[in-house]
Amino acid sequence: MKKISTPYLLLIPGMGFLFTFFLLPLINLAQTSTQTPVGGGDTGQYEQTFRFQNYIDAFVENKEQFGRSFLYATIATVLALAIAYPLAYAIAFKGGKLKNLMLVLVVAPFFTSFLLRTIAWKQILGEEGFVVPTLRSLHIISQSTTLTSSAFAVVAGMTYNFLPFMTLPLYASIDRIDPRTLEASGDLYANGFTTFRKVTLPLSMPGVVAGTLLTFIPAAGDYVNAAILGSPQTKMLGNVIESRYFKIVDYPTAAALSFTLMAAILVLVTVYVRKAGTEELV
Amino acid sequence: MKQISRWFQRNLIRIYAVVAFTYLFIPVAYTFAFSFNDSGKSNLVWKGFTLSNWQNPCGAPEVCSALGNSIKIGFLATLFSTILGTMIAFAIGRHKFKGRSTTNLLIFLPMATPEIVLGASLLSLFLVFKINPGFWPTVIAHVLFCVSFVVVTVKARIASLDPRLEQAAMDLYANERETFRRVTLPLVAPGIAAAALLAFSLSFDDFIITNFNSGTMTTFPKFIYTSAARGIPAQANVIGSAMFFLALAIVIIGQFVGRKRKVS
Repeated sequence: MKKISTPYLLLIPGMGFLFTFFLLPLINLAQTSTQTPVGGGDTGQYEQTFRFQNYIDAFVENKEQFGRSFLYATIATVLALAIAYPLAYAIAFKGGKLKNLMLVLVVAPFFTSFLLRTIAWKQILGEEGFVVPTLRSLHIISQSTTLTSSAFAVVAGMTYNFLPFMTLPLYASIDRIDPRTLEASGDLYANGFTTFRKVTLPLSMPGVVAGTLLTFIPAAGDYVNAAILGSPQTKMLGNVIESRYFKIVDYPTAAALSFTLMAAILVLVTVYVRKAGTEELV
Repeated sequence: MKQISRWFQRNLIRIYAVVAFTYLFIPVAYTFAFSFNDSGKSNLVWKGFTLSNWQNPCGAPEVCSALGNSIKIGFLATLFSTILGTMIAFAIGRHKFKGRSTTNLLIFLPMATPEIVLGASLLSLFLVFKINPGFWPTVIAHVLFCVSFVVVTVKARIASLDPRLEQAAMDLYANERETFRRVTLPLVAPGIAAAALLAFSLSFDDFIITNFNSGTMTTFPKFIYTSAARGIPAQANVIGSAMFFLALAIVIIGQFVGRKRKVS
């Protein structure tokens, strides 16, 4: 018998697992997506008829939620990048002895369940919290304006919840920058902004790419922020898939939507990674 | 005046960091504060200070059984995903073999797939094979989304190793197994520990995949989500806050021990 070499022995269990519980389910989901209800059958009974029209129907019916998912996820990703970049920069270059502690603090909120924190935001920004009455008495917002149950709240919630996913990869790549390259740039009469644009930012691109992906992908598929902080007018694709699955038992539509979402994300990710020019992700 | 503005300019980035951390911790502080609320069933409005929630953290129905499930699932998912992920990381990080890029792709794909798609597709598979959602399906689902993160974390550590250390061990007549056990593994260990910690926190806090594959079983996040409509009991705040301090303590002690070892 031929001896199987070490790398394959190491790979067999993990790859077997991923094949069984990742690829097989996706194949199965693809099959479900073209099924139609059994004539005269119970709810939740479907048969394979290869009806690819399911995809078009599902998309047309939910194009608003589709658009919202990608719009909200994009805004949240950009905001998270804007908030996290200076923070990661501060930790990497000004952290000093507190560097490790600050890194721990970035991840620490994770351990209070993200649901508890999201609900905390809802209550802080809600009618009974202190923010809304203060803003109203200062006439910054009108008496009838609310902060929760709005697109603003959903995007703010997503920005907040995915911030650590953005900060950590950014920190990892900014921390690797040799400070002498920044000094050299200054010696060559570049001002602060030029140094940032021509030296710091390009050197930290791998972190920017990894961080934006780790934020955008879960944000595009998220439905928890929209469910807690939003209103029926802010429903995202995730909310539709969830309710198709559990409330309406419409598996084919849920499957078709899931596939479309995944395909759209993969296309965007591929284009983005190509454009950003780093393929060193995994 | 000029001095003040100069100080401000010089410390702008530090001031920013303080503001950003405040932003990160506002809801944590809120959760902690409201764990002392004498609120009865619905913890929405401040009604007075009490320690009774902390004295009786299991006082609300189901909250502790949900927590127990989350911890059990977290441990099992961490164990399995760390073992599988570390093996894959060594295979990719240390060997050249046919199909390496396919393997990389298969590791990357679960991370690029939204949780809701992972959850929904896995549930469909379980339904086809007439497996009822519940404890073990949830563990499998958690291993699935943790394993790629473990691979990436451990692989990064393996890549940062100085190959000369292993060559030195070989020069000193250590065979392959001894080199692995006494040089490579101890050096990679912090990466494995970090990966395990990451896996546990991902699993413990997961809601979307869990919601799809857990059936009637409740986990801590699921408990919070389902009770959000009728008001979350203050005991949930107690547990959330306790987990926060516990995790912080573990990480800080871990760092301290790590530093001590480095010194000696």
